[in-house]
Order: sequence, then structure tokens, then C-alpha cells
Amino acid sequence: MAQDGIGASLLRKEDRRFLTGEGRYTDDVQKPHQTYLVVVRSPHAHARIKAVRTDAARAAPGVVAVLTGADLAKDKIGNIPTGWLIHSKDGKPMVEPPHPALAADRVRHVGDGVAVVVAETRDQAREAAARVEVDYQELPAAASLAQATAAGAPLVWDQAKGNVCFDWHLGDKAATDAAFAKAFKVVSLDTLNNRLIPNAIEPRAAIGEYDRAGGDYTLTTTSQNPHLTRLLLGAFSYGIPEHKLKVVAPDVGGGFGSKIFHYPEEFLVLWAARKLGRPVKWTAQRSESFLSDAHGRDHVSHAELAVDRDGTFLGLRVRTDANMGAYLSTFAPAVPTYLYATLLAGCYRTPAIYAEVRAVFTHTAPVDAYRGAGRPEAAFLLERLADLAARDLGMDRVEIRRKNFIRPEQFPYQTPVALQYDSGNYQVTLDAALDRSGWQTFEQRRAEARKRGKLRGIGISTYVEACGIAPSAVVGSLGARAGLYESAVVRVHPTGSVTVFTGTHSHGQGHETTFSQIVAEQLGIPAENVEVIHGDTSKIPFGMGTYGSRSLAVGGTAIVNATQKVIDKAKKIAAHLLEASPGDVEFKDGKFTVAGTDRAKTFGEVALTAYVPHNYPPGLEPGLEENAFYDPKNFTYPAGCHICEVEIDPDTGQVQVVAFTAVDDVGRVINPMIVEGQVHGGLAQGIGQALLEHGVYDDAGQLLSGSFLGYTMPRASDLPTYQVATRTTLCTHNPLGVKGVGEVGAIGSPPAVINAVVDALAHLGVRHVEMPATPERVWRAIRNAKR
Amino acid sequence: MQDFGFHRPQNLAAAVETLKKRPDGKYLGGGQSLIPVMKLGLASPSDLVSLSALPELKGIRVDGKELVVGAGATHAEVADSAEVRRVLPALAGLAAHIGDPQVRNRGTLGGSLAHDDPNADYPAAVLALDATVVTDRRRIPADGFFKGLFSTALGPDEIIVSVRFPLPEKAAYAKLPHPASKFALVGVFVAKGPAGVRVAVTGAGAGVFRAAALEQALAKRFASEALAGASIPSAGLQGDAFGSAEYRAHLVVVLARRALEACA
Amino acid sequence: MPTISLSLNGKKVTAEVEARTLLVELLRDRLGLTGTHVGCDTSQCGACVVHLDGRSVKSCTMFAVEADGRAVTSIEGFAADGELHPLQAAFHENHALQCGFCTPGMVMSAAELVARRPDASEAEIRAWLEGNLCRCTGYHNIVRAVQAAAKSARR
Repeated sequence: MAQDGIGASLLRKEDRRFLTGEGRYTDDVQKPHQTYLVVVRSPHAHARIKAVRTDAARAAPGVVAVLTGADLAKDKIGNIPTGWLIHSKDGKPMVEPPHPALAADRVRHVGDGVAVVVAETRDQAREAAARVEVDYQELPAAASLAQATAAGAPLVWDQAKGNVCFDWHLGDKAATDAAFAKAFKVVSLDTLNNRLIPNAIEPRAAIGEYDRAGGDYTLTTTSQNPHLTRLLLGAFSYGIPEHKLKVVAPDVGGGFGSKIFHYPEEFLVLWAARKLGRPVKWTAQRSESFLSDAHGRDHVSHAELAVDRDGTFLGLRVRTDANMGAYLSTFAPAVPTYLYATLLAGCYRTPAIYAEVRAVFTHTAPVDAYRGAGRPEAAFLLERLADLAARDLGMDRVEIRRKNFIRPEQFPYQTPVALQYDSGNYQVTLDAALDRSGWQTFEQRRAEARKRGKLRGIGISTYVEACGIAPSAVVGSLGARAGLYESAVVRVHPTGSVTVFTGTHSHGQGHETTFSQIVAEQLGIPAENVEVIHGDTSKIPFGMGTYGSRSLAVGGTAIVNATQKVIDKAKKIAAHLLEASPGDVEFKDGKFTVAGTDRAKTFGEVALTAYVPHNYPPGLEPGLEENAFYDPKNFTYPAGCHICEVEIDPDTGQVQVVAFTAVDDVGRVINPMIVEGQVHGGLAQGIGQALLEHGVYDDAGQLLSGSFLGYTMPRASDLPTYQVATRTTLCTHNPLGVKGVGEVGAIGSPPAVINAVVDALAHLGVRHVEMPATPERVWRAIRNAKR
Repeated sequence: MQDFGFHRPQNLAAAVETLKKRPDGKYLGGGQSLIPVMKLGLASPSDLVSLSALPELKGIRVDGKELVVGAGATHAEVADSAEVRRVLPALAGLAAHIGDPQVRNRGTLGGSLAHDDPNADYPAAVLALDATVVTDRRRIPADGFFKGLFSTALGPDEIIVSVRFPLPEKAAYAKLPHPASKFALVGVFVAKGPAGVRVAVTGAGAGVFRAAALEQALAKRFASEALAGASIPSAGLQGDAFGSAEYRAHLVVVLARRALEACA
Repeated sequence: MPTISLSLNGKKVTAEVEARTLLVELLRDRLGLTGTHVGCDTSQCGACVVHLDGRSVKSCTMFAVEADGRAVTSIEGFAADGELHPLQAAFHENHALQCGFCTPGMVMSAAELVARRPDASEAEIRAWLEGNLCRCTGYHNIVRAVQAAAKSARR
């Protein structure tokens, strides 16, 4: 294999520009004659817009345009669409309210856009925005799931009775009820999966340009999937033909889901640019990001697990209310349904599962996919219930999991909730994690901590997730309005170096390195001879972008397939040069050889011949460039075991994570260094969810956690040194055997942390602590248990 | 942010003169409190008078039985000062945990006291140590300096020049940082010094305050055991998503105990 | 408008600025040094950290006029002549960056620690990084990188 091919911890190609300040993020881009756009946002969660007066703003220094929701209507602009249609139990389609880029008659969450001001400078735009006068008639708001589902709640949308967007279900209710009827014991859990605010450190930004000469638009944006944004902008919100719209997502400073979606500002800068004939830039301030980025999670669930006397799981019943916010963001309806309920089998053979999910509108920012998206919510319920079941049955927490695991020989395994897991070995990751975490010697550490006045606990979770959502035909039948394939172009240059064009987008994942390694491995060339291009719709045929841990499993496979086509064609050229039949030519380590002879041609020689086809196979096209679209047969199913140790200060309730072990099966590992880094980052976000982060609105719909002063971001001192390792079972349906690693850390860790917190407090009688387990919550749990 | 006139006088008298003429202006210390407030639009001064060039505000020295810290001393300077660490390590330790390193490199003692954030650390030290706030025109005892939420005894153009800390026999500070902001969710400074036993609490109330019940208990015996069973009322304390008034009241006693243990 | 002169990355720069101009705005908007980033508006995230006379400061929480007569180093001036500084190299070798957005501030912050306290423990390194948020790495490899750079600084 190539030295820096598959399996090598090749240092990242993208690092240098970021380390020297030469990265080029959207707000770094300065266009000649650019103007600045500021969005005037609603301070109210729910209000009628009686009037918008823009005269004072128009008269302010430097202002070149002020636009409102009324102007949108005048221009007959369409709505921001939703990418997924869910049908309720009764077969009716979900309530799909309009989502204009600016509200015209009613605002529905704090931060809802009402008008935009465009000025020569950022300061001028901000000052003028403060002079836009909006007369609001405040209306009562429903800011939480509890408020929105109460009788007589204020309606976010008149057409959504009871604020219900859809009432959906999955699984076999009768079989599940029957399982519960014969259960030895039923354990239950009521829990709120806390609302999270993604907070990629780069705030969202967008620059719109319009070239009057050719009628061409360019959008530079902080996006995880520029092609999807182009499609949605083109087909729905603005009606720009795709060949006249170029979307560029340059360096993007993290996404974690929040930059998947098509946002109003992406349209607004193009609309204003078209009107002004000048570039228009918008960059969010962080306080604006808190109000206008899509949030994540926010489920209220009641979950019950039926178990037999010996700990066998018999049935699972889950009822969940999922907060959608005020508008349906791009993937919002898919998150609490096909990315959540389908994962409720977890690693276990639970034979009967029934889930009911109500999606509920509230007067809050839209809620959509955030790292893990549905799967962390499912894993949290299962892994808390497994612990509670073990406790009530007097069983060991590890043994109850082991007992119910899908066994290695049972793959492919059809779960009762639609998915078919292709491969896995949950015993192996479990055993490795137990071993590395020192699970067996934990009681000594607990006793030692007790001497120091600390309560120490250990928690475990074993999880499975589904990545690389596919295939297109299946997701289409479930309501997806897009395909979920990926494209790649592999362009071999005359001297044998290669440019790869991928429809995925890298915003921290290191694709420029990993994808180079794959092609280097296939072609037997150094990875430095491979350049990876992403994030520009004018260069790449098409793409669905990066989310759901799909890039390698789907996008990587497209690259493999395109590279294989290159090899197939190159073999024909090599055969001609070697005067052999293509069937006799072998390609290995960058060389074409004729079997059983010492005759050979290097990859570079063949590439040159393709572009200088003097001595060339008759009828074969010159050039060496191939593309591939890959639509997977199935999801991939990473899995693993996470073990967390915490120490609790019983006087203050402070929880410190003192050790964290993660052993994950992510399929074949292309770059172990990058894989570990992805796990580290996911763990930080999962530990953040468990202990620190919470997006909180007050009853009037004001976001209390609207800045880094009120929303706790995990810092270095909040987190431990992690122990991470991988164990591999190969995905059976893609050529690399890869599964995906982006989200595992955020999925497995929250229940491991909470299980550890509860373990530390179990001797006091504490059964559950809600996320985030803040000092006061833990202190109260201790105090209430003592009573 | 509104633009403003900017002035950098070279001595104390000139600074006072400059602001006197500009009643809607403000002094600018290290800016670590004022600039965020201005960015939020909560303050829009017509002028800023920078105190960064004033020689009178510089320096840290021991003067008899007092530690004198110039109002312009940054938190990092106080934390790293060999003098402070020698004679009043509790103050160095407090300064070393204010905000983050970048805040400590810019933020000043005078700025922190003048701003008087209810969750700031320094006010607890000033009050517990019975320090004297020296301004361009007078000396203000700590007990008369802090007036509750973002409010002090300072006149409109009065400048803090230095703070004189009587050296205590024993002193220590313990805080539970606010998880998000890293200000003090609650901080308790205990001291036994020339003025007797004093316990000052920050973060819990609308401003720094002395915990009389704890002081009485500790006057008898300056040790954590003396606080067994002690409590302070939660009425009037701050409460928010990060800590109810009841929890904060509880923390006051816990942190007072910890500070005492650190004194031992 | 005030006119200021400062040493920026070793070169003298004179600029006329509004008093309200933040140091980060001078760097990014006026001078085109976009390596210093803005990730928040409440002085928390640390993406904007630069050095002022060798000490790390948040350039979003300092007016440009206050840099008059002083020496400012931004990430663009941190590496000498196209070579990576040992701390930058340690970030590269330890995979201490992913999306790269927090990286310049993280490097500038850590640089002061490595220079002043090369013997810092892991806990001290983590505490020092209190003013720098990273959403990608979980900090693990950043701590490793700082440890590696500190180790070579001790030699």
C-alpha cells in the first residue's frame, strides 16, 4: 500500500493555512464595493406586526436599502422549503406552514426577521437597523413543549390544532402491548432531552453577488452543503435557475448540523444584491446566532421497558413530544422520526417496539439536526432504561446489556423498527472498553474518593447509530424530498497528479487529507499528489453535502468508484502500450504490469499517454477523468461502548468527569488520527449536553441562554483526557467497509455520563438526574434523596 | 456602537479635568467590563477618558502594615506580584482566577471596583479585608464604598487611585465559578485582621455584602468547625437558571468553610 | 479621527481610526489581516486573541486607539519567514485543530503560557485555555500540542 494511504495517520494537509491565519472563511472574503446587511429581528416571541416604519432608517447615513416582508410579497418571493414530508398516523400530511424569509404579518419567535437594512459599512447598517420602527401587538406565546401542548395554548399556526405538526408512529403496537402484558417488570423514565444550541465557533455569514452583465448570481455562504442550498434557493425561495446561481462554501468554521440548512439570510443577501447591483454581506453576531441558528434536541419523552425475570428485554414503548420551533427547518421533520424512532432497538434484540412521536410547534427558534440528530435521544432513553432495569432486577449493568445484545452471528439483523443492521460486534467493543476503563477495579477508586469526601460513580452505555442515510428510493418513500447519494469526479492530470471533486463538504473533518489517502491507496501515488476540491457548485457536478456522518461512507465510495473507472480506462491504455490484452494487465502499487512478464508502465506514463494520445487504443477517448454517483444500499451502523467516571462534590453538587473511555466500531479506519479527533470532539459535545449545555426560554419566549455568558460551552477545564480506541467490523455494502465517525462521540456519551452520575448517587436512593446535571440539580438530587 | 471622543491624559489631574468637562463621558480602565457593555448598547458614553497613561495608578507596594495596589494594576500583575504573594496570597490567588488570562492581562483593580458587578471577585476581598479605596480626592472605607448592583460611592468624575489593604492575620477566598461566565456564582472571602473577623460574599446578592451570622460565629473561633449548622437566609439573594437563591445561600456556608480550611 | 501608530507584526503601521474601532476591526477590516477571527460578541470565545507587548489579549475587547504606541502580534506575524513556530508545528503534529476557526486565537493564547510557564501541568494548561472555546477538538489534542511545545521550550 501507499505509505500515506489507508490506515496511515497522515498529518492534515489543511492545517497549514489555518495555523498561519490564511484560512479563508466567508467573513474573510471582501468583495469590491460590498455593502453590509443587518437583519432587524423581533424582540417578541409572538406578536402581530401592525406597521413597519422605515423612513428614519432610510435617511440614516450610508443606508442604501431597507427591505421588509411587504417587499417580499411585492416581489412574489417564495417560502423557505422543508426537505422532508412526514405523514401522521391517520395518513394526513404534516402541517407545513409557510416560512417567508422575512415575517410580514406575525412574528413567531424572538429573532424572527422583520426587515433588513443595507448600508455602506457594518456600523452604519447596525445604527440604521436600530431606527427601523416596528409596531408590534404582543400576543401570548407558547415557548415550551409543556406550554404548547397544554389545553388552550396559544397557537403558533392557526392551521396546526393543538400546535401539532404531525402525530406519527412506528412499530407494532399490538405486539408491544402483548409483550408488556407478560412482562415480569416494567421500568419507566420521564425525561427532557435538553435543547442544545450548536454554536460552531464561526458564526453564520453570507455574501450575495449579482452580475448584471450575465444575470449570474453568486452566493458565498457558511454551508455544509452548497448544492442543496442552491437547489432550495433556485427551486423554491428565489426561483433562480441553477445554471445562473453559483454557491460557494469556502472554509467553514464548524457546523455540527447547524449549517446544513437553508436559512433566510442566504436568500436575503442575493435579493438585496440583485436590487442594488452590488455585493451584499451579512455576518451574524453571536447573540444573533443564538436566536437564529437552528437548535437541536428538545424532546420530552415517556419511555417504558418491559423485562423478563432474567433481564431479557421483551418490549419497549416510547411516547415523545419533539419541539419543532416556530418554523420547519430543512430536515426538522426527519429528526424525531426516521433518525430517532428507528434507532430504538439499539444494540438489543428487543422483539417488540412501539414509538409515538408528536412534533409540536412552539414560539422558539426552529429545531433541527445537531450532531447525532435523533440518535442521541434514542440512545439516552435506552441506556438509562437498561440501567434502571438492571437496578430493579438486581442485575449487573454490564450483564443485562450483554444478555440482550444482538449476537455477532445474527447479522444482518432486522430490527422491529425498520432498520436492517448489516454488521457489528457489540461484545468486542464492550469488552475492550471494560478492559481499558478499569471497570473491574472501580470500587477501589470509589472507596478512595469517599475518603476525600467525593462521591465517585461509573457509567456505561452501549449504542448503535445509523449513518449515511440512504438509499434514495427508500428515503423518498419515507418523505425525503431529495436523494441521498453523492458524486465524485476524479481528474487525472497529464503528469499523473490528481484532482478529486467531491460533493461532500469539509468543515473540520479533514476530507482534503482522508480522501487523498483513499485515492493515493487506489492509484499507488503519494497523497500529496492528490488535491481535493469541495464546496463550489460551479466546480462539482452535484452533492448532498456533509452531515449524518455520511461523507466517507457515501462520498468516499463515490470517489472509490470514480477512481476505479479511471483505473479501468487506464488499463486499456496500458494494455495498448504493453501490447497485451486488457484482461492480462494488472494494476498494483502504481504500476501496470502484464501478468507473468516484467513489462510495466507507471501510472504517470499512462496518464501522459491519455493526454498525448499518439500511440493510443483505437476508438478510446483521450483524457483520464471519470465521475461517479453513488447511492448506497443501506445505512451504515457504527456502534460502541462508552464508559465514564465522575466525581461529585456532595456539598456543591459539582460533577467532574475524571475519566472517559470510548471504544467505537466505525468500520474501516482510513486515518486513525482524524478518527480519534472526531471522537474527541463528539465526546466534548456529549459531555456538554450531559453536564453543561441547555438552551432555555422563559415562559414569554425570551431566550435566557442567549450568549456564552448564559449558555455553558464546554471548556478545556470541564473535560478530561479521553481514552479512545476502535474495533472494526466492516460495513458489508460499501467497498471500503467504512461506517462513519462524526457523531459517535455525541451519541454514546450523554447516557454514559448520566449513568455515572446516578451511580455515584445511587446509594442515596437517586434514580435519575436530568440533563444537564448542573451543580444545583445534583445538589438537589442529593438533598431530596436524603429526606 | 456609537462613536465617542477619545482622550488619553497623562496625569491624574488632567484626567479629572477632562471628564469634568464632559458630563456624558466615562473613564476607561482595562475595558474588560465597559467594552462589552458598550457593545451591547447598554452604555453609549460621549467620550472615553483612558486611564492607561496615568502614572499615579501604577505600582504595587507594601506600606507599613498595608498592601497598596495601584488601581491600574491588572489582575495578572496582582496575581503574579511577588509582593502580593508574600504578604497577601489570598488576594494573589483571587486575582489569578478572575475571568480568563486575556481578561487578567487587561482588566484592572480600579476598573473592577468602579464597575461593581454583583458577581465580581475583587469586591469580596476589598470588603472582607476592610480595605480603603483611595481616590483622587478622598479615602473611602470599604464598608461605605459598595452601594449594591453596579453602584458605588464614587462621584461622577472621581478616579480610584489605589486600594490599601490592611494585612490580615489570616485570609482566604473560595468561589464556585459560574459555569458559563466564569464570574463567581458565589464567592466568599474570609479574613481575620485588624478589624476583626469579616466575611464578604459576592455573587449571591445584588452586590457584595458581609455575612453577619457567619462573622459572629467565627468571631468566637476562626475555624470551619465554627460554622457547623450555620446558615444564611436566602431571602433577597439572586436566583437564576444557574443557581436559585436557596442554593446560593447554601453555597455561602460551604464556601466560607472551604475558605477557612484554606486559612488553616 | 484619532491617528495611531503601532508596531504590527514587527512593522510600523499608522492608521486613522474612529475611536470606537476595535483592535480586531482594525486588523480584519482595515488591514486585511483576517487570521484573527470573531466568534462572539461577549468577550468569551477567544478566537480574536492577539499579543499586545507579548501578552495575550482579546482584540474584540480593546479599542484600536489603546494600541497606539504599542506592539501587536497577530497570527500572521507569529511564524517567522514561512516557517511554523514550534507551537504551530505542535498543533499540526498533534491534530490540535479541525475547522481551524478557533485556532489562531488558541495558538496566540497558548503561546503566552508556553513562553511564561513552560512547566505548566495539564490542569494548568486546561485552566489557562479558559478564555478560548473550541467546538471541534474536545481540547484533548490541543492540550497535547501545548504540552509538546512546552516540553521543547523547556529544553
